[in-house]
Amino acid sequence: MDIIFGNAVDWLFQPITAAYALAAIGIALHFGFTGLLNFGQAVFMAVGAYGFSISVKVLHFGFWPSVLVALIASVIMAFILGIPTLRLRSDYLAIVTIAAAEVFRFIVSTTSAQPITGGPQGLNEYSNEFWAMNPIPAGHYKFWVWDYTQDDIFARAVSWGLVIGFAILLAILVRSPWGRVIKGIREDEDAVRSLGKNVYSYKMQSLVVGGLMGTVAGIIFVLPTSVQPGNYGTTLTFFIWTILLLGGASTVLGSIVGAMIFWSLLSLTSDLLSAGVDNGVITFISQNQIGDIRFMLVGIGLMLLVIFRPQGIFGNKKELYFNA
Amino acid sequence: MPNDIAKGPATPGCEKVDPILVANNVRRQFGGNVAVDVEHVEIPRGKITALIGPNGAGKTTFFNLLTGFDQPNSGEWSFDGKNLAGVAAYKVSRMGMVRTFQLTKSLNMLTVMENMRLGAQKQPGESLLRALFKPLWRKNEDTITITASELLSRFKLDAKADDFAASLSGGQRKLLEMARALMTKPKLVMLDEPMAGVNPALTQSLLEHIKGLKAEGMTVLFVEHDMHMVRNISDWVIVMAEGKIVAEGPPNEVMKNPAVIDAYLGAHHDSDLGADKIAKGN
Ligand SMILES: Nc1ncnc2c1ncn2[C@@H]1O[C@H](COP(=O)(O)OP(=O)(O)OP(=O)(O)O)[C@@H](O)[C@H]1O
Ligand SMILES: [Mg+2]
Repeated sequence: MDIIFGNAVDWLFQPITAAYALAAIGIALHFGFTGLLNFGQAVFMAVGAYGFSISVKVLHFGFWPSVLVALIASVIMAFILGIPTLRLRSDYLAIVTIAAAEVFRFIVSTTSAQPITGGPQGLNEYSNEFWAMNPIPAGHYKFWVWDYTQDDIFARAVSWGLVIGFAILLAILVRSPWGRVIKGIREDEDAVRSLGKNVYSYKMQSLVVGGLMGTVAGIIFVLPTSVQPGNYGTTLTFFIWTILLLGGASTVLGSIVGAMIFWSLLSLTSDLLSAGVDNGVITFISQNQIGDIRFMLVGIGLMLLVIFRPQGIFGNKKELYFNA
Repeated sequence: MPNDIAKGPATPGCEKVDPILVANNVRRQFGGNVAVDVEHVEIPRGKITALIGPNGAGKTTFFNLLTGFDQPNSGEWSFDGKNLAGVAAYKVSRMGMVRTFQLTKSLNMLTVMENMRLGAQKQPGESLLRALFKPLWRKNEDTITITASELLSRFKLDAKADDFAASLSGGQRKLLEMARALMTKPKLVMLDEPMAGVNPALTQSLLEHIKGLKAEGMTVLFVEHDMHMVRNISDWVIVMAEGKIVAEGPPNEVMKNPAVIDAYLGAHHDSDLGADKIAKGN
């Protein structure tokens, strides 16, 4: 039992959880504060993962130049998505982002792109320089039921440090006059235009900044593991949206807590189910069905949340009264 | 009645002594329906001009065209001598020509005060990089807040400053929108039905505010169906019908113009427009 809860608690602080939290902070800026419907956060994460790993593996760049390549690629991606759509109604951005994410995934996973992107196998072993930066002495660090290597701790510290840094950045931005303009755009862009603000430019800035957060999240996501093209499908984007809505779209902390709850709930349900099956308590499902069933359970949980707390955990109930 | 506004007689499209806005051949078609077809019109500087006309006359569409919110099929117009055709709406506003909307656009999930602050110009904190450093914009924010508070109390909204705009009544939103537009310190204010839904007690003080804007040197152009208000505060009245300017002149004369009565009342020529409506207003 300790192990089950130990796993669930461990998931609270996994680098993957951090990556999802940061990607969700990005769409909190897009959707929660600017009203932009970005349904392709997966493409910004993929740009981070591939931009970084290709720079290291294929171009033999160092760690920092590779990060820079990924960030520049992210800005270019934001312009490609934003220039044709941000003058139009919000639905157009939604369609274009969702399509771009899928197109990107198909391109990188084709076998003809194998020499660069690794094709369907993806890429790995691009993090040596990252691990070399780890100041923590080698060894095993044990607490309660956990056993971490120096690398596990380093990856967690860096990922969460970035999440906290970007959360603070977002908090500062949305409380500034710049944040006031983007919130105004979310409410009614013509009104903001009539007050002399260049709405198009603000939307683009928001798209770029939130996209950069997605890109950094994409790098965090792959640093401790490998780049798998299959990870960048629509499911990734929808999990991030789930996390955002779970925590509350127009909040900063919501994305972080949402990601933590999402991942530790997933871990908890699958471990509990698995233990139940092993002990013969649960007889109507088999071990290999658990992976799917836990998503069903989480789905039901989220439905209940949306019914009973539609504004998300941190959201302001008043906002819903007024929008209804 | 002699006037110091028009150069010659008050005919539709007549030249003004000192126009701030001049439009030529502005035409906007929606499918086969010609919504606006204004050959020539000039708005006098420093005066209050009313734009009246029956429903569907094209007043709102004309506002949209002039302020860059809609593009005409053809035509050109200039504000303060600067050509405005094809200029983006936000630039028009920065040049000092600000408008309100017939369907009120309050920013619901911002507080009343934030709505007001958003109207301010030249707040350096609105730039992405400077936004990160509060000392660069805190002083401007303080000044903006003082201006906003003054305007809010003028419009009797000061008690609501910290409430969400969504919690305001329809009339209060109209007031907020007008106050917010004034935050931009415009040269020309264009109000689309500012009195619609505002209660009579407040109407009187609003009329005074609008006169006050003129006293401060602003030019006001407003669309209104309330003839009492039109008569009470406007120096000049322009009448639109079916997209065209059909009459112009000082309020008293325009109300007696058969073309105006015709435009408003169609076949019912027997009832007198001016007297009828104005009596109701008083
Ligand atoms: N977006 C649009 N698409 C199609 N037709 C439109 C559009 N906007 C306005 N029209 C048409 O243009 C004409 C003028 O409309 P407009 O809103 O300018 O009238 P208005 O003078 O402001 O009327 P009201 O006093 O009722 O506000 C109407 O016939 C209307 O149906
Ligand atoms: Mg109208």
